[in-house]
Amino acid sequence: MRGGWFKVYTLVYLVFLFAPIILLPMFAFNDATVIAFPLSGFSTKWFAALADDPPLHDAVRNSLIIAVTTSILSTTLAVFAARASTRYRFPGKAGLMGLIMLPLVLPEIIVAVSLLAVLLGLGVNLSILTVILGHVLICTPFCIAILSSAFQSLDRSLEEAAYDLGETSFSTFRLIILPLVMPGIISSLLISFTISLDEFIIAFFLAGTQATLPVYIFSQFRFPQAVPVIMALGTILVCLSIVLLCIAEFFRRRGLARSGAKDTGGFL
Amino acid sequence: MTAKPTMIEFRDVQKYYGDYHALRGINASIRAGEFFSLLGPSGCGKTTLLRTIAGFEDISSGAVLIDGKDAAQIPANKRPTNMVFQSYAIFPHLTVEENVGFGLRRAGLDKAEMGRRVGDALAMVGLTGFGKRAAHALSGGQRQRVALARALILKPKVLLLDEPLSALDKKMRELMQVELIKLQRHVGITFILVTHDQEEALVMSDRIAVMFEGQIAQLDDPETLYRRPKTRQVADFIGTMNFLPATVLSDTPDGCEVEVAGLGRCRIAADQAPPGGNGQDTVVGFRPETLTILYDGQAAPERETPGKVEEVVYYGDMTYYDVKLDGVSAAVRLSMRNVPGRPVLDIGTRARVAWSPDALVLFR
Repeated sequence: MRGGWFKVYTLVYLVFLFAPIILLPMFAFNDATVIAFPLSGFSTKWFAALADDPPLHDAVRNSLIIAVTTSILSTTLAVFAARASTRYRFPGKAGLMGLIMLPLVLPEIIVAVSLLAVLLGLGVNLSILTVILGHVLICTPFCIAILSSAFQSLDRSLEEAAYDLGETSFSTFRLIILPLVMPGIISSLLISFTISLDEFIIAFFLAGTQATLPVYIFSQFRFPQAVPVIMALGTILVCLSIVLLCIAEFFRRRGLARSGAKDTGGFL
Repeated sequence: MTAKPTMIEFRDVQKYYGDYHALRGINASIRAGEFFSLLGPSGCGKTTLLRTIAGFEDISSGAVLIDGKDAAQIPANKRPTNMVFQSYAIFPHLTVEENVGFGLRRAGLDKAEMGRRVGDALAMVGLTGFGKRAAHALSGGQRQRVALARALILKPKVLLLDEPLSALDKKMRELMQVELIKLQRHVGITFILVTHDQEEALVMSDRIAVMFEGQIAQLDDPETLYRRPKTRQVADFIGTMNFLPATVLSDTPDGCEVEVAGLGRCRIAADQAPPGGNGQDTVVGFRPETLTILYDGQAAPERETPGKVEEVVYYGDMTYYDVKLDGVSAAVRLSMRNVPGRPVLDIGTRARVAWSPDALVLFR
């Protein structure tokens, strides 16, 4: 039985990875406050409780505002950066791109602490805006990575051909480049939205009184009676993530099909 | 046929990329309605030169004139030139129809007129009925045709073709060569082709500029280029050429008296021997097909030299022989048409090789 242990290892690995997530809906529909087996009975009361929780609604609203704004801002910035880095040559490009990509590997706690120190030093009030600032900083490198590959795979002569046929550089960008990198832009929007939505450390440091969803969830774990409600919330979030992922994958595949390129695996 | 007006003129065109001198003083004119080729090895500057006509490449000094006007004053999107790219650059998110009609977007045509012109363009390249197809679902040859139709729909004065056939397989390439020649005759506009394939250039062009290292080494019609290459480099690049060392014994206005290794003393006419006085260290070149192996009983029409067959390469219709002429260390290659009743010779056979001084070209 060659590869037998490898199969066992793979199985254990997958169980470890996904079992906690499967527990989430199990307890969300369980009729008891305590998170323990055996399950006592089916109930949707925790979901009902979600509807009746104003601080939670505020947190969701804050998180959505932050995530949407962050994804738009960081994708826009990344379009410029990716275009510049793939199309033009300028002195110090490698160093500059390295610095822009650095937050990918920088511990978030360092980003959070230093941003907090600077903002407090400047006398800026902590709010949704400061969280957006921090999130744009950490999301932009991801967006650049996604968009660079989209711009990179663009044949330079496509632009030249459009220009040669009488278009201006602006209309060439609109008619040729933008449609062809659109799948990349959509991926970038979805990825940065997801990163921002579940980011904790920066939000915890920079949110002030306007808690985001992860910060709110963390604070609720202090109260045992709130735990099943969080399980219900978690279930909804898992479903939402799956939907988002499917949308992103759909657009990626459609983009590939439209340009006739070969599928080289998903972006995740 | 003579005195056609000039369409493109290069006046001492220089191009630097930083320290790299890509174009070194190009002077040439291309006539209206001509099928012109820029031929050379990769990195010789032929594509750069083509791109200066399209406007994708600025020149460092000199001038490019398109139909008498200085091209520097015209941006690339306003030039009366259109280009077929090496990668074809078909817009992958558009249909064939939208690709071909792309250049007409700004012409302000109504739908019916637009459809008619796109239909005409597709018919011209033999793609009638392909209009609604997605561009990425086409084969290489079909993409090539879409690129041609798209470039020709604006009725440019000059069509620029950047190695348009290099991505096709051999059969398709030969087919497209003939189609391109026919198309050029049909539309009557100037075609400028960039290629590294000497055979392609010979087949298709009215005139060819052979380029090496940013300079035009020779600009002539295919036959002159093949039969009377001006330099050894050109001779080597176009077709196969045998070289033998030679000594010039006397140099007169109507030709040279030359002592050629292996072949002996002979006379080369002035148009095949550039003047330069007497001297050693010269080279005489001749094409494989100008040599013939004589069979028993055959007499040489002009001159003959004995030798020994070193290598035989059989091609079906032709056989290539490498023959070592007596008194020469390196073998010369000759090609013979295979005729029934004349067997292919074996390696090691002694043979008499017939040749003519008319076929010799002297390189200094």
